[in-house]
Amino acid sequence: MLSAIVSLFILGLTLGGLLGLAARYLKVEGNPLTEQLVALLPGSQCGQCGYPGCGPAAEAMASGTARVTICRPGGRAVAEDLAAVLGVSVDMAGVEEKPLLIAHIHEQLCIGCTKCFKRCPTDAIMGANNMIHSVFTDACIGCEKCFEACPTECIEMRPLTATLQTWYWPKPLALTAG
Amino acid sequence: MQLFNIRGGVHPDDCKQLAAHQPIETLPLPALLHIPLQQHIGAPASPAVRRGQRVAKGDLIANGQGAISAPVHAPTSGRIVGVGSYPAHHASGLSVPTVTLQPDGEDRWADSIKGVADPFALEPDDIAARVGAAGIVGLGGATFPAAVKLNLRKKYQLHTLVINGAECEPYLTCDDRLMREQADAVIDGIRIMAYALGVTRIIIAIENNKPEAQAAMTVAASQHSNIQIAHLPTRYPMGSEKHLVQALTGQETPARGLTADIGVVVHNPATAFAVHEALRFGYPLVARVVTVSGGAIQQPRNVRVLLGTRVQDLLNYCGGFTVQPTQLLSGGPMMGQPLPSTRVPMVKGSNGVLALTATEVNTQPSMPCIRCGSCIQACPCGLVPLDLAAHTRAGELEGAVKLGLLDCIGCGSCAYVCPSHLPLVQFFNYAKGEMAARGRAKQKQTETKRLIEQRTARIEAIQQAKREAMAARKREADAKKKAAAASASS
Repeated sequence: MLSAIVSLFILGLTLGGLLGLAARYLKVEGNPLTEQLVALLPGSQCGQCGYPGCGPAAEAMASGTARVTICRPGGRAVAEDLAAVLGVSVDMAGVEEKPLLIAHIHEQLCIGCTKCFKRCPTDAIMGANNMIHSVFTDACIGCEKCFEACPTECIEMRPLTATLQTWYWPKPLALTAG
Repeated sequence: MQLFNIRGGVHPDDCKQLAAHQPIETLPLPALLHIPLQQHIGAPASPAVRRGQRVAKGDLIANGQGAISAPVHAPTSGRIVGVGSYPAHHASGLSVPTVTLQPDGEDRWADSIKGVADPFALEPDDIAARVGAAGIVGLGGATFPAAVKLNLRKKYQLHTLVINGAECEPYLTCDDRLMREQADAVIDGIRIMAYALGVTRIIIAIENNKPEAQAAMTVAASQHSNIQIAHLPTRYPMGSEKHLVQALTGQETPARGLTADIGVVVHNPATAFAVHEALRFGYPLVARVVTVSGGAIQQPRNVRVLLGTRVQDLLNYCGGFTVQPTQLLSGGPMMGQPLPSTRVPMVKGSNGVLALTATEVNTQPSMPCIRCGSCIQACPCGLVPLDLAAHTRAGELEGAVKLGLLDCIGCGSCAYVCPSHLPLVQFFNYAKGEMAARGRAKQKQTETKRLIEQRTARIEAIQQAKREAMAARKREADAKKKAAAASASS
C-alpha cells in the first residue's frame, strides 16, 4: 500500500518535472513573422478577410495559406507593406475590385438604440440613447459590424463617392505595344 | 531688363488673334445663377443663406471654412431659390454644393459695401483681411486664396512681387484685354498688394505677343519707379509660376517648394484688379473676365461674367457654335480641362471657354514610342517623360516618383510635341492623382489604427473603473458586516 503510494508519487513528480522542463526548453516560438504582420494590419478585428481577426489572418498569411490582399480596410497600401515583409510579389488586380463600402444610417428608421456605435471598432458612429445616430464617413472602414447589429436595418453600405478633392483622371487606355 | 533662360518649352500657334481685338463686354444678367461653394483650393465654403431669402449684390452667401478657404458673395441682387447640389465646373462631372440665385434685375449693391479712401494707410494685415473677406482667389486658374498668399510675409523673407501677365496659353486674351483697358486699376491693385506684402520691387512680366498690353502697363507704371515691365519671349509654359520666376531672377524654386522660398510672390493681373476693386470700392469678387474663343465659336469675345453664369448663357451671347465642337474646354488648350456639359456655371478660376473644332484638336491615335527624345527636350522641368510614362503604364508608380513625377507641372508640352501622339501628360495626371489617393489611404490607415487604439484604451479604462468600483463596494460591504458582527458580539 505504502510502496504503491510512494512509487506513484515519485512517478508523478518525475513526469511532471519532465513536462515542465519540456515546456520551458522545447517551447515552440510564435512565428515572429506573424507579429510583424499583425503590426501592419489595421487591428480592428473586423473579420472582413474571412478570418476571426487580424491575428489569425496574419498567421494564415505567414503560413502562406492566405493572400496578402485579403485585408479590405487596409486596401492597397497595407497589401503592399505586407508583400514587402513577406517578400512576395503582389497582384493588385484583386484589391481594387471591390470598392470600399461606407455605412450610411437612414435617419427615418434609426431608433437610437446605440447598438451600432457600441460595436464600431473605430468610433465612426456618433449617437446617444434615443437620438438619431450618424456616421463619420472619414473614420468608417466598412467592416459591416454595425450593419449586422442594427435591429431596424436602417444601415446601408454605400460605395464612397468621389468628391472634387478626391477625384482624379483615370489611367489612359492601353496603347498599342510600346 | 535682363532675362534668364528657362529649359524646354514649346511654341504652339497662339491663336490669340481670334479674341485679342475684342474689347471686354459685360454679359447681360442671366435668368439664373448657380454659384458653387467650392470655387477655390481648400475647404468648401459653408452656406450662410436660406432658400427664399433676398440678397443684395455683394452680400455674403457662404463663409470660408478653415485656414485655406474663401467666402462666396452674391453676384447680383435677387432671391435665393435653392441651396443644393449642382454639376461643378470640373472635368469629373460631379456635383458640388451650390446656391442658386434668381436675379431681380436691379443689380443693386448692398448698403454695407464701402471702399477705403487710402488703402496705404491701412495695416498690411488689414489689407490681407479685406482681400480674404472679398473672396479673392488667384484668378490665373489655380484659385489659391489670395489673402493666404499676402500673409506669406510672416513666414518668408520676401523682396519681389511678380505679376504674371505672360498668359502663355494659346487663345486666352482676358488678362491681355484687362491690362490694356484697366491698366491704372491693375497697377493700383499691384501697388496695394506690394504694400501688403512689404516688398518694394515689382516686376510685371508680359509676353512679347501682347505689345499693346506692354505699352499700356508701361504708361500706367511710369510714375512708379519701383515697377519694372519685363518683356518675355513668347514661349509656352512661360506663365508657369516657377519658370517665370526663374526667367526673371535666374533663381530656381526648390523642388516642391514655393517661390516664396526664394523671396518672390507671384500674382495674376486679374487678381490685382480684384484687389483694387475690393480695397477702393469694397466690391467682393463677384465677376471675372473670361475669353470665349475657338474655331467653333461664332463670335469670339472677352466677356465680364457674373460668377455662377451658366456656360450656355455665355456661349449664347457669343452667337453659339458654328459647327459642333470636338472639344469644349475650360481654360487654355494646353492645360484646360474638358467641360462635362454647357449647364455648368462659370467660377472664379475659369479664364477661358474654348470650343475647338476637329482641326484644332489632336484626334490621331497613339502609336508606339519611338524613343526620339522630343519630350525630353520639351519638358521645362528637366524630366524624362517617356520613362515616366513607361513606369506609369506598367503600374510602377514608385519608380515614376523616383524619376521626378511630383516635379511635373502638367504643362502638356511633352504630349504636344510627341510624334507618336502618346497621352504623356494624361499618364502623369493619372499617376499624380493615384499617388495622392494612396497618400490619403495611408493616412486613413494610421488614423484607423489610432482610433482603434484609443477605443481599446477607453474600453479598458471603463472596465478597470468598473472592477475598482466593484472591489470598493465589496470592501464597504465587508466592513459593514464586520462592524455589524462586532456590535452584535459586544
